Amino acid sequence: MGKNHPNVDKYVVSRVRALESLLLEKGVLGPDAVDRVIRRYEQDTGPMVGARAVARAWVDGGYKRRLLDEPRAALADFGVDFDMLRVVENTPAVHNVVVCTLCSCYPWAVLGLPPTWYKMPAYRSRAVIEPRKVLAEFGLVIPESREIRVWDSSAELRYMVLPERPAGAEGLGEADLVPLITRDALIGVADIAPAPRRG
Amino acid sequence: MDGVHDLGGMHGFGRVEREANEPVFHEPWEATVYAIMRASLGTGLYNLDEFRHGVERMDPAHYLRSGYYEHWLDGIARVLAEKGVISADELAARTEFFAARPDAPASAAVRGTPPVAAQPLQWYAPASERPTTRPPRFKVGDPVVTLNIHPTGHTRLPRYARGKHGVVHRQHGTHVFPDAHAHGGGEQPQPLYSVRFDARELWGPSAEPNQHVYIDLWEPYLEPGAPRG
Repeated sequence: MGKNHPNVDKYVVSRVRALESLLLEKGVLGPDAVDRVIRRYEQDTGPMVGARAVARAWVDGGYKRRLLDEPRAALADFGVDFDMLRVVENTPAVHNVVVCTLCSCYPWAVLGLPPTWYKMPAYRSRAVIEPRKVLAEFGLVIPESREIRVWDSSAELRYMVLPERPAGAEGLGEADLVPLITRDALIGVADIAPAPRRG
Repeated sequence: MDGVHDLGGMHGFGRVEREANEPVFHEPWEATVYAIMRASLGTGLYNLDEFRHGVERMDPAHYLRSGYYEHWLDGIARVLAEKGVISADELAARTEFFAARPDAPASAAVRGTPPVAAQPLQWYAPASERPTTRPPRFKVGDPVVTLNIHPTGHTRLPRYARGKHGVVHRQHGTHVFPDAHAHGGGEQPQPLYSVRFDARELWGPSAEPNQHVYIDLWEPYLEPGAPRG
């Protein structure tokens, strides 16, 4: 196992089961809680709400303003009630990227659970001091003329990047745009790949 | 506290390694830890800041070699023991019980019937914003400087951003103050700001070009700064 992958303590499974049994006994943990978690996240396919909001922002300028200025109201369109989101917009002059150096804060409400790399020391330590190098490792080369803004989620605000609409996507409607939008682009470690030409 | 969790700017962790088609949970026990978190945070047993401080006090070497859900397990167990919900001894005894019976389900060690029914799972952390009762000290565009403090308790002022000059980018309203809330000091809500720092201010000549870091900081972390050209 490398430095970026957790090494699981051999007692961890026993310790989890011990804590689980104590909390079942004390009425803290309901007998169906673990099953409910698994069901919820098996059905939750990740960054769907974030991707849908971005696709709508790309095709609807009024929605884009709402997403940037009143994100809670904008998210309500997708049945999400979350008042802590802040959306930061990529432009030709600015690229945004999100990290949590102190723990692993992440906008679950719109992106689902975070990938392991987001939670490990390599990303958390480096994203604030050498973001260009980190992004280049992700395959994203940002020219020096383009400002990088790193958002360190130190409070309860949660950040999501509004990526630029890719070249070649001009003719696509909202529903066709959603599948182009990746979780990594909404964290800011990737751009949206150009849309495949149709016809 | 200046703990191992405060990773911003540290060297030596290597490349960011990604896993293709990563599952939501790698092992069943991770989902159990997740469920324990959702059943116990925000249900009156401990608060988010106490939980975070619980994780921060992990053995530093253990923190670095373990993953996210083990951090949660360690932090939750520590805080629940401090709150008297469980005892460290009973947790250790049951851990031995299950280590000797690797195929036994958690229910195998449960004694009696729970005294109360469990509360519903809390899928999101409790809201931190509170009504604003006084004008914030700083407005957008104000130069500020962060305190150079090294509290032994919980703080959300990262080490790499202490004693640094920045500019208020945005006001976020008034929020529960973690430095108090993690230590039984109540919520003591304070104005919260997004503060913009030039990377050269944070990292000196080794900064990458044309970069800024935005950090959300509570008012007690900030003093008025001198305008800079």
